[in-house]
Amino acid sequence: MHILLWGALPYAAFALLVSGLWWRYRYDRFGWTTRSSEVYETRLLNLASPVFHYGILFVLAGHLTGLFVPASWTSAVGLTERPYHLFSLVGGTLAGVLTVAGLAVLVYRRRTNRPVFRATTRNDKAMYLLLGGALCTGMYAKLAHSTPAHGYDYRSTLAPWARSLFTLRPDLGAMADVPVAYQVHAVVGMVLIAVVPFTRLVHMFSAPWWYLARPYIVYRSRPAGRPAERPPRRGWESIDV
Amino acid sequence: MRVMAQLAMVMNLDKCIGCHTCSVTCKQTWTNRSGVEYVWFNNVETRPGQGYPRRWEDQDHWRGGWRIDRRGRLVPHSGGRLKRLATLFANPVQPTVKDYYEPWTYEYRNLTTAPLGDDYPVARPRSLLSDKPMKIEWSANWDDNLGGLPENAGLDPMVARTRQRASEKVRFAFEDSFMFYLPRICEHCLNPSCVAACPSGALYKRSEDGIVLVDQDRCRGWRQCVTGCPYKKVYFNHRTGKAEKCTFCYPRTEVGLPTVCSETCVGRLRYLGVLLYDADRVAAAAATRDEHGLYPAQLDLFLDPEDPDVRAAAARDGVAHDWIEAARRSPVHALISTYRVALPLHPEFRTLPMVWYVPPLSPVVEALTETGFDGEDAGNLFGAIDTLRIPLEYLAELFTAGDVRPVRAALERLAAMRAHMRQVTFGETPDARTARSVGLSATELEDMYRLLALAKYEERYVIPTAAVGDAGRLEEAAVPEHCRLDEQGGPGMGGSGPFGDRSGRKALPLVSVEAFHGLRARHRTEREEPE
Ligand code: HEM
Ligand code: SF4
Ligand code: SF4
Repeated sequence: MHILLWGALPYAAFALLVSGLWWRYRYDRFGWTTRSSEVYETRLLNLASPVFHYGILFVLAGHLTGLFVPASWTSAVGLTERPYHLFSLVGGTLAGVLTVAGLAVLVYRRRTNRPVFRATTRNDKAMYLLLGGALCTGMYAKLAHSTPAHGYDYRSTLAPWARSLFTLRPDLGAMADVPVAYQVHAVVGMVLIAVVPFTRLVHMFSAPWWYLARPYIVYRSRPAGRPAERPPRRGWESIDV
Repeated sequence: MRVMAQLAMVMNLDKCIGCHTCSVTCKQTWTNRSGVEYVWFNNVETRPGQGYPRRWEDQDHWRGGWRIDRRGRLVPHSGGRLKRLATLFANPVQPTVKDYYEPWTYEYRNLTTAPLGDDYPVARPRSLLSDKPMKIEWSANWDDNLGGLPENAGLDPMVARTRQRASEKVRFAFEDSFMFYLPRICEHCLNPSCVAACPSGALYKRSEDGIVLVDQDRCRGWRQCVTGCPYKKVYFNHRTGKAEKCTFCYPRTEVGLPTVCSETCVGRLRYLGVLLYDADRVAAAAATRDEHGLYPAQLDLFLDPEDPDVRAAAARDGVAHDWIEAARRSPVHALISTYRVALPLHPEFRTLPMVWYVPPLSPVVEALTETGFDGEDAGNLFGAIDTLRIPLEYLAELFTAGDVRPVRAALERLAAMRAHMRQVTFGETPDARTARSVGLSATELEDMYRLLALAKYEERYVIPTAAVGDAGRLEEAAVPEHCRLDEQGGPGMGGSGPFGDRSGRKALPLVSVEAFHGLRARHRTEREEPE
């Protein structure tokens, strides 16, 4: 069980993420969208969506630094454990609270606005459950094991394990004494990563950064081929021609 | 100078009877699917009126188009690149479906399944979005024919601005009011702000014909184009999560057929043709500081296809020979540049729109006739154009950013044409001063009359095909590459794939070329009609 969770699951999740993204890019570019519901309702969305997204992006950045930047690096630049912990506790909790609050309003909006609710698929509901689960277990793990003075030092257990994944020889021992709450959070998180390509969450991988460097007006040539003819493409809905 | 070709449209508003045939045929062709129930690529608005979506012209609210920033640069009205990415999580100014209208259906089944009773069964309206019974309060065309005056007309942003500028009341007492119809499609702008707003680069302007399209595979549903377009002619399909817009019926125009809206227009008021323009000067023209200078600046972009230098430059820049030839016969070029009776819609949005309008003279003529004067007498007409200040200033808000001079000039040319042709028809010698006073010759007036009043199918739609434009594939174009008669699987061999009919990845059925000629033949029959 230990091996399965900490030795196999991370690789399975990563493999699913990559192959899922590739598969969607290859076969379902048409379905790759935010599936925005703003045409139905804009007031609550404009309130909650930015709050949620800024929160989750900060949380994401926090995870990346926490897990993949070794403690020795931060110490090397003079950042000791205590201020680091305080920053991670205050910053992380603040971002976490924003994210959870944003998501709560988004879910409330989904449930109460009829057209938005009608546009919610089962896939979406499962995704909200997973995403909410990951957020709540994470917040619980963090807050249950932290006081302002001293926090659970995941940088000496979880983080080395996460980094050891890159060496293809996962340090299973590092995970042995990790509190259950953190273990649950890590598992839910990995499952979430695995399903990203198969939910609406794929939209995070199409963040259009290069818009910053693009000229405003885009010109393109007519695709080669006979006029008014293009072979039908594959997508979710095949439209018979 | 970099010459590019653009397929453009001109609509003669005098002839629009507001029948909505164009809207309906367009909808049947392109947006008769779920997810785009509320979408009309072509819609016809009654002016004055709020339009569709409601008050779309109010850019202080909707932030469409471009503006000049403090440093004099052209930036999308809704914000530059950084701001757009920072607010990508929820679009701060996006119309919701209520601004268009909530689509509905009726409970028709109730009509046949209701139990026998004393009351007639009714088909109640039911929302297509929430699936609940709903009260119908607005639609794409709720204020048709000035319905709801005077409450609604005051909500027309252009009426508000006319009142402000002209400091004279636009009256809506029924007998004093004026109205005309304004059919609208996507403008396929030279400087499209929808394209500029799309962070994914999914919207693009085709370099061969200038048609602005959405790549459905690259659209990621950010909805920035909906905000970016000041004409509100990009729509969000709420089922697929992708943006959709008017395609200028490119599958038709590529084989030389007019768009569906033009083809079916009852008033035969739409003209299609090629314009050559200088792509290098587009940005500068759009950045013209003075709003009144935008119409002349855009006019100045268009190149004269009769000029041999222009034709040589066009050939150098890869414009196909028959496109250049089509530009010479282009009715659109004639109406816009030669006779200068067509005007752009809202040049102040700075997108350099390419669907232009011949402003309506009829309200003026009618008003004049009602007062007992001869509505087609040149002297009377010229005077009336000026004294009927209300339509003139309102039209100027629509077509020239408020500058009444070009509108008056266009109306005077139309008036001169009417007066001149009346004299010709009655066998009088036309008064040469009429033509001269508007800067045209008598022959030009008569040519213009021909184009506006008589032009047949081939004169109204001068559309070079994409096939011929593809000089390299000239020969193959006649017979599709994979479908020769003499090949295995070709039509001559029974026409089915290895796994039965239509199996495998195949090209579209071989209809377009035949159907094209069939249709042409059918349309030519109007020649035989007595005139
Ligand atoms: C990286 C940049 C991202 C951008 C630009 C972005 C943008 C968007 C946009 C435009 C929507 C549609 C909102 C609407 O109009 O209905 C959306 C929805 C959503 N996004 Fe993101 N997103 C990003 C990253 C993320 C991440 C990292 C997550 C979570 C792991 C996430 C979770 C969601 C969820 C759950 C929704 C649905 C909200 C709802 O309507 O209930 N997004 N996002
Ligand atoms: S009118 Fe058409 S081309 Fe112009 S900005 Fe709007 S959608 Fe784009
Ligand atoms: S079909 Fe022609 S006449 Fe009828 S509303 Fe449309 S543009 Fe006007």
